[in-house]
Amino acid sequence: MRSYLEKMKASRVLLLVLVCSLLLVSFSTSLLAQTDSDTDTPADSIPAIAAPAQVTDLKAFDTDNDHGHSITIEWTLSADDGAGAKSVISYEIMRWEPFVRDSVMAARDSLGWVQARINKFEKEIPLAEESLDEVLTGQPFLDSLSFLVAYDEKDTSFVLTSEYVDKTLRDTIAAMKRDLPVLKVRAPLLPARFDSLLILLPKEYGKYPDATIGRFDSVGTAVSGVTSHENSSAVDSRSPGFIPDFIDYYYRIDVQTSDPNIRTTSEIVGPVQSSGQWFNSGLVPVLIAILVFTILTMIFVQLAKKGMDLYVRPLAGIEAVDEAIGRATEMGRPILYVLGLGSAADIATIASFTILGRVAKKVAEYQTELNVPCYDPIVMAVAQEVVKSAFIDAGRPEAYKDDIVHFITNSQFAYVGAVNGIIMRDLPATNVYMGKFFAESLILAETGAVAGSIQIAGTDEIPQIPFFFVACDYTLIGEELFAASAYLGREPELLGSLKAQDYAKAVLLASAIIGILLINIFPEYGETFKSWFEVID
Amino acid sequence: MKRQLPLILVFVFGTLMVIQYFVPHENSETVKGFLLDWIVIIGIFALALGLWSLVQVSVAKINSRKENWEYPLVTLASLVMMMFFGFTAITEGASLWSYFLAITVFLIALWMFLQGFMGQAANRNMKLLSGLGLLIVFSLLAIFDSSWEFKFYTAEGLTNQMFVHFFDYIMIPLQATMFALLAFFITSASYRAFRARNLLATLLLIAALIVMLRFTPGPWGEYLAKTSAWVMNVPNLAAQRAIVIGIGLGIVATALKVILGIERGYMGKG
Repeated sequence: MRSYLEKMKASRVLLLVLVCSLLLVSFSTSLLAQTDSDTDTPADSIPAIAAPAQVTDLKAFDTDNDHGHSITIEWTLSADDGAGAKSVISYEIMRWEPFVRDSVMAARDSLGWVQARINKFEKEIPLAEESLDEVLTGQPFLDSLSFLVAYDEKDTSFVLTSEYVDKTLRDTIAAMKRDLPVLKVRAPLLPARFDSLLILLPKEYGKYPDATIGRFDSVGTAVSGVTSHENSSAVDSRSPGFIPDFIDYYYRIDVQTSDPNIRTTSEIVGPVQSSGQWFNSGLVPVLIAILVFTILTMIFVQLAKKGMDLYVRPLAGIEAVDEAIGRATEMGRPILYVLGLGSAADIATIASFTILGRVAKKVAEYQTELNVPCYDPIVMAVAQEVVKSAFIDAGRPEAYKDDIVHFITNSQFAYVGAVNGIIMRDLPATNVYMGKFFAESLILAETGAVAGSIQIAGTDEIPQIPFFFVACDYTLIGEELFAASAYLGREPELLGSLKAQDYAKAVLLASAIIGILLINIFPEYGETFKSWFEVID
Repeated sequence: MKRQLPLILVFVFGTLMVIQYFVPHENSETVKGFLLDWIVIIGIFALALGLWSLVQVSVAKINSRKENWEYPLVTLASLVMMMFFGFTAITEGASLWSYFLAITVFLIALWMFLQGFMGQAANRNMKLLSGLGLLIVFSLLAIFDSSWEFKFYTAEGLTNQMFVHFFDYIMIPLQATMFALLAFFITSASYRAFRARNLLATLLLIAALIVMLRFTPGPWGEYLAKTSAWVMNVPNLAAQRAIVIGIGLGIVATALKVILGIERGYMGKG
């Protein structure tokens, strides 16, 4: 037992020695490492970043195919960007700005500031009085005004004195206290006065490079590796960073490093002016396609008029319309026609109007009941006219009633609720869904399926086609919706346009096959071929 | 001329908008914005027509006392009440009973007017007179009751607690409920679509299973994810593009037919 204890003690001592020595070694190692790092990186020995090489081949030009107010700047990368000293982190785009631009921008900000306060006057009198105080004591606004007046004494078009503002706002508060309506008649005067200030700018930009009246200001940044930048603004002269057209601009690019004090400036390019274009050359392929398609349509319409037999493949969904109307007549139940959620400007809705006309004509002939609940009031007005004309054409104008086509609501799910209610209460024999549909498509179609109606649907909304496909008896897929009117009418003009569509599809298919072959067999020709179809909007 | 004028207008403005598409200049954008503003203007006038249509249909249903005639009554009451709430402001801390009394009088007055104009000829004058009387009572309430007031020129009605409560606690939950139904309908539609009745339906079922099970953990997960990506990116995308090309051509063809006056279905002249 004693020997065992002694053995234990000895092993404990051994363990203690081992742990201590490990700690000692670890401590001395870290100490040495610390000493090494201290000796390696003394504060005064950080290597200074060398000034990076400047950018070359700097070009500035008016941006193509735009509404104006945009200049594109292109350059070749600095030799130290991704190569050399690899010290470049970004490029700062600098534009020469006359000092007067600051005052123009300040005036713009003041304008926004004043307008924000005027808007407050729509609320409550305490808020309005608070705004009045803000305007009267508002240094930014009054400062910028006094600066402008001092700058050019001849230009008095933007003299918005504090007396004027004071009187305007006091009048408004007085009107509010008498509970009179507050009209913002004075607010529109402010932008007009601001616009007159912009006239000053061309003259001042023309004084480049007089350093006493201007300086280079940053107008954007591009990260390393990027070789172009678009300096653009919105059309509205009161938008931030507004770039007026037909003014001489000068640019340079500053190469930036991680040290903000170390940067290299490039040569200066200019003058360059921005302007809007009257033709977007990036849309030439679209123009050619439209022209070719129009010519094709005209040719086939003429051929159809001359009696050429044009075969149109049967559309099951459209052929089922007559059958469905007959079924409704036999069952003595109504037909429900839903035009969807589109507006009267949507082509799918326009196509739907034509189909509605045909359905309404048949309905009038068979003396069946028709119900057209509408989501959009304009669509309702047009649909009423379509149905009314169809009843007249069918020789049954007396059967037309205003409540056949009626407005429900233009809230999506409230509309769905109402139409579902109609389906479940009236149990229509046939439901026709033609037009633009969104999340409501399946809710409508499934409710119709539950009600046991024959359902025919057609939409150009691709995500909704599968829903209609599973829940409806017949579905017109995409273009079939647009072809339906021609198919129903069988008029030569309409059939001619269908044929033109078929030939256009054949041309597109042939182009796709040629493109695939060229890009795989002769890549160079393939790229050229591809470029013919590229659209830059 | 009655038929020619709309066609000429469609041709002129249709062509103008086609040309505008190719002109990026800001003047062209201004013209486009100006023309598109007309849609909004026409829409506002059409909304009045829509409301009138809704009232007409609802009143006819109520008067006919057909099955479920109570629903249009709720529709009309909701329509008038929400408009009323939107144009009135309640004074802070005021009691609401006089406000509700005013709304009730207003609703009954409107109903009397509607019945007077659209109901049977026998009681017409009586109903119109009752409506007029109630409207006078309502006007007196509006003038002398300080607990609420009309706000036609400001948006204060939109913060009216009744307006906000009706919208937040009735309208939005109802809409959400309708949307939520979609989940159940997707299930029933999937069941119908995925029944393996024939070869095509079986292929659809297999494709759907692959896509649905793509996130499954385990040894098959990775293969299913890859197969699913192929299904979505190759056959599915190819079919979608074919449909998109067809739709694109269909839209251009229909627009062309409308501009050239070949398609006149929207005018009720098929």
